[in-house]
Amino acid sequence: MSRLEALEVDAGYAQTNILEGVDLTVPDGKVTILIGPNGCGKSTLLKTMARILSPSHGHVLLDGKDIHHLNTRTVAARLGLLPQGPTAPEGLTVRELVAQGRFPHQSLLRQWTRADEDAVNGAMSIAGIGEFADRAVDTLSGGQRQRCWVAMVLAQETELILLDEPTTFLDLKVQVDLMDLLTDLAHERGRTLVVVLHELSLAAAYADYLVMMKAGHIVSAGAPDDIFTAERLKDVFGLDASVVRDPASGRLVCVPFGARQRPRQKLAAQ
Amino acid sequence: MTQAHAPAAIRHPIRAWSGVPALLGVLVAAFLLHIAVGAKPLALGTVVDALVQFDETVFDHVVVRNLRLPRAVLAVVVGASLSLAGALMQGVTRNPLADPALLGLTAGASFAVVMATALLGYTGMGLVAWIAMAGALGAALTVYVIARLVPGGATPLSLTLSGAAVSAFLGAIISIAHLLSEDTFENLRVWLTGGLAGRDIALLWYVGPWITVALAAGLALAPRVTVLAMGDEVAQGLGVKTGPLKVQLLAVVVVLTACSVALAGPLGFIGLVIPHVMRLYVGSDYRWIVPYAALTGAVYLLSIDIVARIAIPPREISTGIITAMVGAPLFVHLVRRRTR
Repeated sequence: MSRLEALEVDAGYAQTNILEGVDLTVPDGKVTILIGPNGCGKSTLLKTMARILSPSHGHVLLDGKDIHHLNTRTVAARLGLLPQGPTAPEGLTVRELVAQGRFPHQSLLRQWTRADEDAVNGAMSIAGIGEFADRAVDTLSGGQRQRCWVAMVLAQETELILLDEPTTFLDLKVQVDLMDLLTDLAHERGRTLVVVLHELSLAAAYADYLVMMKAGHIVSAGAPDDIFTAERLKDVFGLDASVVRDPASGRLVCVPFGARQRPRQKLAAQ
Repeated sequence: MTQAHAPAAIRHPIRAWSGVPALLGVLVAAFLLHIAVGAKPLALGTVVDALVQFDETVFDHVVVRNLRLPRAVLAVVVGASLSLAGALMQGVTRNPLADPALLGLTAGASFAVVMATALLGYTGMGLVAWIAMAGALGAALTVYVIARLVPGGATPLSLTLSGAAVSAFLGAIISIAHLLSEDTFENLRVWLTGGLAGRDIALLWYVGPWITVALAAGLALAPRVTVLAMGDEVAQGLGVKTGPLKVQLLAVVVVLTACSVALAGPLGFIGLVIPHVMRLYVGSDYRWIVPYAALTGAVYLLSIDIVARIAIPPREISTGIITAMVGAPLFVHLVRRRTR
């Protein structure tokens, strides 16, 4: 049994449904990556699974119970969410930001403890931001800032972690570092990750389970080796591309071509 | 590396609380000094005696108990309330320029009190807190409805703009009423500039319980304000019910602002500036900003009122005027020193 499942979910904003009848079973201890064109509903699905949005039909089950009926604080101790493009209040230090991740574990009577302290220090060292612990978040670079937010979600110490486009605006090297970090969390620490990504090759390289979405539906889901093909990219994104296996890494890579860059085979055939 | 960081980190919360005893000490000193100075300066020993072993045959003791102590208590309560309300408002709205007057709260409370006094001739005390709160809440709801009708809905920008419009409008009506019946306004004139002089302290018995509850609630909610200030989605992900929390915080701000207006009139500046001064010293976590702002607000208004009482004897200057006259240069100085 999977810890997090979406069953026949319809969801959206105001009166408009973006998702229609979406079923998704998130594999435990794996990196699940959602891809799809803009507006396909991948963020909506992530928010619905994180109980930020309520579905108009269907259910999201966390450990077999409807997540939208569970106490939100109880959920926050099991499932962490990093929304898209969060901003920290001006002047908040890195340590203060990361410490907010401990919020679900605290109460009026149970204030700051040794466990909180350890979780914050651990998260900062995993994310590699210990050296600027006392600097204000808004004085850091985009990549450093993003790692601070990831550290905040790590400090929450949840088994399930949902991230919405955590690599946006980052240099490729920083994107790779971050994805390595997330993969380690899943493979070495048994965490379950669900990540929305824009970068297709990055998604194919890091996904254990790849989910392709289009117009509010899941078009296909499975291991990248099985589903990451040129035909599907054409179908889902309307993108002309070839999918090749990089001989050095053995990973699948998507090479797009535009209208002026016809593939050689086609040219040869003409 | 983790080990090297741990000791400094564990000190953190203790370090953050360490300023509280010092600030409490300053508060007590300012409180005693506030009572001691005045038309007839009293020795601090006499003040302490009057407070701990009151003797009704000693004239100075009677002066302390009946005239000066109430005013000092008023300064503490109003200073703490406005400053705490401003801190909460800045966190909830993620707007560093927010203050208790932002959503038309101050104007609404003033308007209601003025109308009840000037037009309906209400002179009792039992209802003043209710009138002020109804006015503040009514103004806040009006501001919200107007912002909702704007294309784009109730955004921080539309709320701020409609708050400014409603405040200005209510202010204009107060001015008109003022011009039309100067006699009735003779009593309200000083109150409208914000002041602690000549206020009937019995009012505190009616307003005090409200303020006590609101101050306690504000302190209890403070840690959640930081989480809320990181955005609704982050806060919800961390297990905060953002909708109910905003309503609770608004209720706290309405009570504190309205009660302060009922007690001392529309005092500006404190709610905006004290939280900022705190930010320079304790950082951006509302867990610390809120309690420190409450204590510092109390100290600040006590000190300002001391100046108001002794600046040009034997007359008094309205506290509301001194608040900004002394406060503005002080604020500029602090900002320049800390950010250099």
